[in-house]
Amino acid sequence: MNFEPVIGLEVHAHLKTDTKIFCSCSTKFGAPPNTHVCPVCLGMPGVLPVLNKKVVEYAMRMAFATNCEIAGESRFARKNYFYPDLPKGYQISQFELPIAEHGHVDISLPNSTKKRIGITRIHMEEDAGKSIHDPGRPVSFVDLNRTGVPLIEIVSEPDLASPEEAGAYLRQIRMILRYLSISDGNMEEGSFRCDANISVRPAGQTELGTRAELKNINSFKFVEKALAYEIKRQISVITGGGRVIQETRLWDTAKNRTNSMRGKEEAHDYRYFPDPDLVPLVIDDAWMDAVKKSLPELPDARRARFISDFDLSEYDADLLTADRKTADYFEACIATGAPTKLCANWIMGELAAALNARGKSIDQSPIPADALAKLLCLITDNVISGKIAKTVFEEMIETGKPAQTIVEEKGLVQVSDASAIEAVIDEVMTNNPDEVEKYRAGKKKLMGFFVGQVMRATKGKANPGVVNKILTNKLS
Amino acid sequence: MKITRDEVIHVAALARLCVAGDDIDRMADQVGDILSYVETLSRVDTTGVPPTAHAIDINNAFRDDTPGRHLDNAGALANAPEAEDGLFVVPRII
Repeated sequence: MNFEPVIGLEVHAHLKTDTKIFCSCSTKFGAPPNTHVCPVCLGMPGVLPVLNKKVVEYAMRMAFATNCEIAGESRFARKNYFYPDLPKGYQISQFELPIAEHGHVDISLPNSTKKRIGITRIHMEEDAGKSIHDPGRPVSFVDLNRTGVPLIEIVSEPDLASPEEAGAYLRQIRMILRYLSISDGNMEEGSFRCDANISVRPAGQTELGTRAELKNINSFKFVEKALAYEIKRQISVITGGGRVIQETRLWDTAKNRTNSMRGKEEAHDYRYFPDPDLVPLVIDDAWMDAVKKSLPELPDARRARFISDFDLSEYDADLLTADRKTADYFEACIATGAPTKLCANWIMGELAAALNARGKSIDQSPIPADALAKLLCLITDNVISGKIAKTVFEEMIETGKPAQTIVEEKGLVQVSDASAIEAVIDEVMTNNPDEVEKYRAGKKKLMGFFVGQVMRATKGKANPGVVNKILTNKLS
Repeated sequence: MKITRDEVIHVAALARLCVAGDDIDRMADQVGDILSYVETLSRVDTTGVPPTAHAIDINNAFRDDTPGRHLDNAGALANAPEAEDGLFVVPRII
């Protein structure tokens, strides 16, 4: 029997505000424990949480970017449960009336078709604190700095049919969050977290199977691994005559497997009710319009524009728009008049490799976009060859000097003067009579050998176009 | 309204309350009485009335995204029964 998996994801993303969602404590990561706290986020009696307006704006940005309907009126609710990293005994979240519902994003599948994934809802909530477990004693330690850091939870429809689709969806969501500048989307640091609901059913069956919820997946690689493991596990339970039970399972990175955490019955009895401390949130048309107008160009639109306006291939456009800063760098480069394809190749090739080797992101590049553009213009103006340009580029990365200065200092200007090149070619031909004879006898691939010799003799400075032309003439 | 012993035990467990013996029956009776009394409200015809989320008629109380003052670490831990290295110490969770 063939089975098909049905997957829905819940993504939690930290919002990049300066302060927490309901109090004015800093959200900065890495402070000493329990120093970014106040009576509100510590859950002291008698305090009043007040909503951070920027959290609402950021959530609205995501809602627009994922084609959601924004609710004119939404509410906050208390989700009641006990855990030491949750000092109030409840988490303030949204339940019945979330800020946004009914959206979608399109993901690219490997066969380069698109698939539309539904977004059930987006809601705002506060994060909990962090607990550390003592390996030697029966105690845990709690740091409440993270308590109250704003999150949006983005819940997808169960539209994902494979671990690969889940991975593509997550990357798409993270790319949008980063384009909107509302979240770092860093899974390893916990600013982007994902829970997965997954079930399997016999292929063709419409009714859903019993699902398990996977938690504790903290890297993109693990999401796909954990889902693949869980699909196999559920199929073997069913084909072995058993029944999948609804439960929460944790991904164990060390053992590459999921383990049951607990039965869900009691855990899901959250007894939500509207939080009496927080008044309803009303968003009017004027506010919606203002936020909508402030949205940057989104990845899909930018990608389409790169293909239509700059004549880039889909592959190049994908790579260049995957990250907003790379796309910005590319556009700054071509704004100076450097040819688009050459810019694209150098940004994705030499520049990406050099930055990668130095552990830098593109906005920290030692070579600013206009400086790279000037280097590339030296190639198209025939001042230097593409090969020499790589030498100049290395020097630019190290010293930050302009390309023109390096070319002049090192005497790297390309030799295009026909008589100078001819002299070198004559010498090469005199020194290699056998090769000349073989070439004339029909071994045309020796052309590469001659070009190489000329380049060596000129230390790479000869204009390859001129070299090719004269060589072809002289050898024929 | 009839509340069963099992419901009392379940709700008590969710609230981390210890209820045992005769107390369970007493609680079941009393909670049932309270719920019956509150049920009086459902006799009001609310057709066409939107659900109320809040008792006062205001919306949109906001705060600007400007950092304010924190408690210092000693202040944060002042009420903690046990603390170590700036952290709250609690019975082991997992």
